Amino acid sequence: MTDAINNVTFADKLKGYLKNPASMVLMLLVMISAVITFAVLLFIIAYIVINGVPNLTPELFSIHYTTENVSMLPSIINTFIMTICALVIAVPLGIFTAIYLVEYAKRGNKLVSVIGVTAETLSGIPSIVYGLFGMLFFVTYLKWGYSILAGACTLAIMILPLIMRTTEEALKSVSDSYREASFGLGAGRLRTVFKVVLPAAVPGILAGIILAIGRIVGETAALIYTAGTVAEVPSNLMSSGRTLAIHTYVLSSEGLYTNQAYATAVVLLAIVLLINILSSAAAKKLASK
Amino acid sequence: MKKYREKIMGGVFFTAALTSILAVFLICLFLFVNGIPAIGKIGVFDFLLGKTWAPSNSPASYGIFPMILGSIYITAGAVIVGVPIGILTSIFMAKYCPKKLYKILKPATELLAGIPSVVYGFFGLVAIVPLIRTVFGGTGSSILAASLLLGIMILPTIIGVSESAIRAVPESYYEGSLALGASHERSIFKAVLPAAKSGIMAGVVLGIGRAIGETMAVIMVAGNQARMPAGLLKGIRTLTANIVIEMGYAAELHREALIATGVVLFIFILIINLCFSVLQRRDKK
Repeated sequence: MTDAINNVTFADKLKGYLKNPASMVLMLLVMISAVITFAVLLFIIAYIVINGVPNLTPELFSIHYTTENVSMLPSIINTFIMTICALVIAVPLGIFTAIYLVEYAKRGNKLVSVIGVTAETLSGIPSIVYGLFGMLFFVTYLKWGYSILAGACTLAIMILPLIMRTTEEALKSVSDSYREASFGLGAGRLRTVFKVVLPAAVPGILAGIILAIGRIVGETAALIYTAGTVAEVPSNLMSSGRTLAIHTYVLSSEGLYTNQAYATAVVLLAIVLLINILSSAAAKKLASK
Repeated sequence: MKKYREKIMGGVFFTAALTSILAVFLICLFLFVNGIPAIGKIGVFDFLLGKTWAPSNSPASYGIFPMILGSIYITAGAVIVGVPIGILTSIFMAKYCPKKLYKILKPATELLAGIPSVVYGFFGLVAIVPLIRTVFGGTGSSILAASLLLGIMILPTIIGVSESAIRAVPESYYEGSLALGASHERSIFKAVLPAAKSGIMAGVVLGIGRAIGETMAVIMVAGNQARMPAGLLKGIRTLTANIVIEMGYAAELHREALIATGVVLFIFILIINLCFSVLQRRDKK
């Protein structure tokens, strides 16, 4: 009630716009743009869901891939394996780097700014360049061949800056009084980090990890020449296997399996949606603290 | 014992911190060592400015100028499509959007960023390409299709960065302008936007980086003919597409030339990143 003085009725607004046609045009442009943006998003999702869901047949989830059923189940399992492997490598590295940057490095340390620049560079490199590097280094130089492991290592480097940055932000947002209280009680630095600071930063770190999972699940260009495109579940980490995103690419570029490609795109989209919901839930938990 | 543990873990954290530096070093090393010799063998000018890419001809010619132009054309198209809509949408998000609606739309922009590029590419293949084919004729796989699709794909990047740039402008700018009798729109476009200029530019530059580096979505809609650009409705090949399409069967000099294509792309991206960080640093001041 207090700001009733500033209330503008719809009629007042309209009168203002009629008096000022330039403003009205700008306002309309802004509105139209916003409508276009969100209409496009809705259209993409609706188009793929409507065309894809009827094509979700049980054969698409057979244990073994054949050229007749083009089953996506092996690819889903591969995506899962790939995600776990990449996270196992990247999460400890990313978190430890962030701990070093926030908790250990002294102020004005040159290394901190160097690492900041490298992280910025890494996060700007397009995935195809990561793919090239992975092919040259892991596949050819280390002689791993097209393998899940080579793919996972390439992806690990790709998501490292993301995990590093989000963990860094999360650690920085932990109030200094936590650390001081812990030191005051006689805890060492290590104990303070692991028992006090890290637990308080978990939702932020989790949000970063979930975002990283999203990137791994959707990645194609970095994997095509590192993990290869074999459509079976590999017997070990040194054999090739395609993820769901590569599966979608292969199906749609062959042109013979458009319906099945719709179905895999729906599954991919559903996974990404789920990941987005989880990540915003984690972020909300962080904000409510 | 406790002291040792502290020391050891301190060392572990330090080593972990060095891995990202090592990664950048290795990426540069392996790309340059494998790519630069090919540029030397082909000749810098023949490679960068050569107009024919025909690795299977004898003598083979390795000119990537068509692909450089392809990347630039498609990126420019994406900028024309995506930048105005992106910036105007970010103004909507920061200055027009009611709070309740914002709670839905903000995650929606994040979702737009989260959709995998292969899904975008597939959407382009089944929706945009046929549309262009029926409206304008031709095959549909064209510069136009790729520009439209990439324009959509860079929207979330531009919206995110420019929205935070607009929000970072002190509210007093807007209020001062209103108090002088300017309308809501005039205050935003004449007082707030100029103050947020370098932040918005940073968003655009980041979007350009995304567009130039995009691979899978472009391959699926651009047609991929390795020739000089022949028109908006004709197909074209980008640097990124060149690598993915031919790497599978390339050998010897052909393979090295593809890696060299990656080097050129990498240098493009480094320059764009440099612009981005310069703009962002200027914004913080």
